[in-house]
Amino acid sequence: MATAVMTSLDTKSRAASHGMSDIRIRNLFIVPTILFLIVFNIFPLIYSLGYSFTDFRASSNAPANFVGLQNYRELLNDPFIWSNFAITAKYVIVSVSGQVIVGFGTAMLLNRDIPLKGLLTTLLLLPMMLSMAVVGLFWKLLYDPSFGIINYTLGLGSFEWLSNPDMALYAVAITDIWMWSPFVMLLSLAGLSAVPKHLYEAAAIDRAGPFYTFFRITLPLVAPILMIAIIFRTMEAFKTFDLAYILTSQPTTEVISIRLYKMAFQEWQTGRSCALAYIVLIMVLAITNIYVKYLNKVKER
Amino acid sequence: MAAVQTRSERALNRVAIAAVLVITLIFLAPIYWITSTAFKPRNLATTIPPTVLFQPELSPFVKLFTKRSQLRGVPTPEEYAAAPWWERMVFDGGEKIVRSGRGEVQPSGYPNRFMNSLIVAITSTVLAVGMGTFTAYGFSRFKVKGEADLLFFILSTRMLPPVVVAIPMFLMYRVVGLNDTHWGLIILYTAFNLSFSVWLMKGFIDEIPKEYEEAALVDGYTRMEAFFKIVIPEAATGIAATAVFCFITAWNEYAFALIMTNRRAQTAPPFIPSQVGSGLPDWTVIAAGTFLFLLPVAIFTFLLRNHLLRGMSFGAIRK
Repeated sequence: MATAVMTSLDTKSRAASHGMSDIRIRNLFIVPTILFLIVFNIFPLIYSLGYSFTDFRASSNAPANFVGLQNYRELLNDPFIWSNFAITAKYVIVSVSGQVIVGFGTAMLLNRDIPLKGLLTTLLLLPMMLSMAVVGLFWKLLYDPSFGIINYTLGLGSFEWLSNPDMALYAVAITDIWMWSPFVMLLSLAGLSAVPKHLYEAAAIDRAGPFYTFFRITLPLVAPILMIAIIFRTMEAFKTFDLAYILTSQPTTEVISIRLYKMAFQEWQTGRSCALAYIVLIMVLAITNIYVKYLNKVKER
Repeated sequence: MAAVQTRSERALNRVAIAAVLVITLIFLAPIYWITSTAFKPRNLATTIPPTVLFQPELSPFVKLFTKRSQLRGVPTPEEYAAAPWWERMVFDGGEKIVRSGRGEVQPSGYPNRFMNSLIVAITSTVLAVGMGTFTAYGFSRFKVKGEADLLFFILSTRMLPPVVVAIPMFLMYRVVGLNDTHWGLIILYTAFNLSFSVWLMKGFIDEIPKEYEEAALVDGYTRMEAFFKIVIPEAATGIAATAVFCFITAWNEYAFALIMTNRRAQTAPPFIPSQVGSGLPDWTVIAAGTFLFLLPVAIFTFLLRNHLLRGMSFGAIRK
């Protein structure tokens, strides 16, 4: 793949001819990384593709039997799997829209000369740098119905956040919003600070109202970066595992990654879980594709 | 903002500043709470109403690092007087520290998990940043056929859901005996961080003018010498920032660690939540473990503050 590339050398390379040739250096620098990624990311996927056509169970010594497309057929006809996808979709919509509202709103507030702006921004960014597993753990303490500070602060008495099936998914989403709104804020701030001042000045001279200014100037110019934030968070929320897994164990919070984990490492349906992993993988790659398109768009500005 | 501000604009600014302060406080409250719980005596950790003012103490940290058992009866005044200050704290909580036959304090599982986290995170960071820097230079300075596709491929490896990769890796590791080893996790984290490292480093190296190296080549340096003596020092800040990002990712990772380790190589993220268990957990000890685990990340976040945007956008947005 990478070794067979032709190159057009840059003009100065003759000067360097007493060392290694540029082609050799280039291959030496790039090929090991590509190989490493193929061996540890692509090869395992090929390996699991093979298993996805079998009834293999890693917990037993029984040999794997080839079952063709049966795993895929059963999974796609399984209403429970579809409900896992529906839960995941609901979670993505709630948490990402929450992050966009809080994050973009905070960015609009911060986009002015504020004393200590740098410090405030850094402090706000702290949550997203923490471990999701550990965050899930200490939010358990905050959500506790009998001594949690959330109920105490909001005066909710002994309201059940995590053991109430209707509320649990929202509780996980709220924690995710707390963690990742600052990420949306950070990217929005970058977009807002790049809007040329003279546009606002021109709008002010034209007596444009704040709504016109926002919808005709601010939003269109921030949109590409905001889009990157939204796609990235969508992808991450779609893959979410740690937070939901640690916070609760409700059937209503069983997002697709948790279903996959249970299928593979608790029920030991290895073959079936490999098939489900592939269905998830195709979805993630589709989102990644869109993401990269936007990344390149922003880069070219 | 325009130089001349109307009265309404000034008022709006004041409201915005107040709102930002309130938002910041709300966002920091959970972190403050877990930190304060780590310094509370056990009987104040789960009170209603919550205890805000208290005499901070270090007993949760003593308990975090030692094995303890319930105290039967009260220690005699002699025992109490003979005990070091940190053991008295445990006595006060109605427990005693478990010692071996030779009187050595028995450690809890925590220090060992913390060390595992350090070993795995540091090693995988060195590998990912090292390989990533070379590769980024290759993409930045040479023409590579299908470069965009290769870069997309590299990025896509990071986007894979951990559980998807973990299933076959678990099976393969079982064959070669890498489950529950440091190297097993190090390889996974290196692969995971490598894509990020390549993308970020490429951005940093793209910013170093080609002319620097070309001048060196004309002066008789080989390409390798130019790379090590000119590019690496110029990219030092970028390398440091990339390393911190990779470290934090590996340090925080949960899913792979949960699946691939269970005792010997277990890292802190799967270990700390496993201490909650059932019944009445001692939240002060859990908070102490959490606090120590979050501390390095908090310090790094502060050091990284100028590179956060870049790192979070894979190098696409540069300040």
